[in-house]
Amino acid sequence: MIGRVLLALAAAVLVAFLASPDSFAAVFEPFTRNNAPPIYRQTPLWSLTLSHLTLVALAVVASTVVALVLAVLVTRPAGREFLPLARTITSVGQTFPPVAVLALAVPIMGFGAGPTLVALFLYGLLPVFENTLAGLTTQPPNVTEAARGMGLTPRQRLWQVELPLALPVILGGMRLTAVISLGTATIGSTVAARTLGEVIIAGLLSANTAFVLQGGLVVGIIAVLIHEGFQALERRARARIGQA
Amino acid sequence: MRPRLDRPGLLFAIVGLAGLALPLVQFKPNRIVPGEGLTLPAALPWGWPLLLTLAAVLVAGCLRWPSVLRLGAAAAGLLTVLLALGAAATHLTPPDDTLARVAPAAGFWLMALAFALMLADALARMNPALWLRWLILAGAVASMGVLLASGALDGVSVMREYAARQDIFLREARAHLTLAFGSLTLALLVGLPLGVALYQARRLRGPVLSVLNILQTIPSLALFGVMIPIFGWIAANVPGAAQAGVAGIGLFPALVALFLYSLLPVVSNTLTGLTGVNPATREAAIGLGLTQPQLLVQVLIPLALPVLLAAVRIVLVQNIGLAVIAGLIGGGGFGTFVFQGLNQTAMDLVLLGALPTIALALIAGIALDLLVRSSRRTA
Repeated sequence: MIGRVLLALAAAVLVAFLASPDSFAAVFEPFTRNNAPPIYRQTPLWSLTLSHLTLVALAVVASTVVALVLAVLVTRPAGREFLPLARTITSVGQTFPPVAVLALAVPIMGFGAGPTLVALFLYGLLPVFENTLAGLTTQPPNVTEAARGMGLTPRQRLWQVELPLALPVILGGMRLTAVISLGTATIGSTVAARTLGEVIIAGLLSANTAFVLQGGLVVGIIAVLIHEGFQALERRARARIGQA
Repeated sequence: MRPRLDRPGLLFAIVGLAGLALPLVQFKPNRIVPGEGLTLPAALPWGWPLLLTLAAVLVAGCLRWPSVLRLGAAAAGLLTVLLALGAAATHLTPPDDTLARVAPAAGFWLMALAFALMLADALARMNPALWLRWLILAGAVASMGVLLASGALDGVSVMREYAARQDIFLREARAHLTLAFGSLTLALLVGLPLGVALYQARRLRGPVLSVLNILQTIPSLALFGVMIPIFGWIAANVPGAAQAGVAGIGLFPALVALFLYSLLPVVSNTLTGLTGVNPATREAAIGLGLTQPQLLVQVLIPLALPVLLAAVRIVLVQNIGLAVIAGLIGGGGFGTFVFQGLNQTAMDLVLLGALPTIALALIAGIALDLLVRSSRRTA
């Protein structure tokens, strides 16, 4: 209960801050030196937040769709041959540092939102894929037997039994992907993507802690809200399939 | 018997053949201007026979072969592609030209990817014993070391960037390792006792874990940035802090940021490991008259070891990657090259920072996976 109140409070502060950053100037004033501006004004914060979130949302949706399709394919009889390879790629791929992936995308894509999107997409594939795979391969055998016994076709089994059973785990993968993408997107501003990282980097370059704090706080609060939001969805999905 | 088609092999062949068709290297008159792409036959005097051989191996890979044979073919292919890159660089760079750069291009990366995938697939199918896996890892690391030391790749752009700043590279490599391993050590020193304490104080678990959880969701860039003023202030205002090495710039704030990120995996895995021990085992140990500390040291921790090692893996791989961001706040490490390169649009310099980071993370990840496995066997 306290957790929910705190979350609602954080969300309210976030919205108020983005709607009218200047009314919070007094809060950030103590963190500036030599009369530096306490609030970042080069670009409106709400528009940076919006483009940050758009980037993350696009990446998460794209990587979820692709990862789901791939995970379903390698767990069907026709794709089984790819299963060992898929497992190796996911475990090895996740050791690739997101920042390195981002930096390597630049020579191919040039500067801007492109490489950030590609890096977020590629990096986001793995948690969803790994979790979907785990969800689809560790189903209680009696349930799958029952579904088969009821005469469901493979397609019906997938949609009505296997995917709903795997949903909580899939959502867990999406949560990881979203939180990682949110953090990695801030680094995207070093390759000229328009994200909240711009505020933090401006703060680092001009030694203005107020900028670093406001950029960090906005992304941090959004990250916590997304994290909690997905966990609530996971709980609901678990309740639906009878795992409390 | 008719030879059967191997579908993963077909995938590798498509990727690899696409790589053969695309430029192997990029020739640039200097390190910043965009270059001209050259395919394998254009880049090497013996390019055509080499191209045909590689294509033949890739096509042959579409059929079923014993996994050992595939493993050998994949390793040989990977080595050939690397050597071809090195040879092309030496061949294309005019003598005495210090400005020209020969950088790996899309064709090289795709071919390397195809053979690496083939290698990974063969290994996954062979499912080798633990000792053999260690041997393969050591062999791979050693052969990469020999290849780099042999000078065969010295003409390649990344290696020329390295040659131009050997001393700095070694310094940043040390800084990177200090950041990754130093923060891991700190996290273990604090996280293990904290995990044990939470195991005993059930009521504190929820609050402490949610604080650590929130810490983990803060974007790394922000956490790194916030550390600077905090420690700057402490160094300036707390007597003795500056003498003890606390500083607002340099390695210190980055080390602390990484340490904070590492706490959650260590604490939560310690807790999971300890609570996962079979209650019957615990009861038996208590029945034997073991005191609480004895129980912890002689029974619980050894049984929880695989889960603890898994935390070490998570933390180490994560910190090797995150330490790159230290380069942005003057904390050193390979990130210095990455961000310098991005600023100067010198992609070879970006590679000089990114490739060692990836290699380090890969080796750490694989080695610790093997350790986790062997500890599971003994636990």
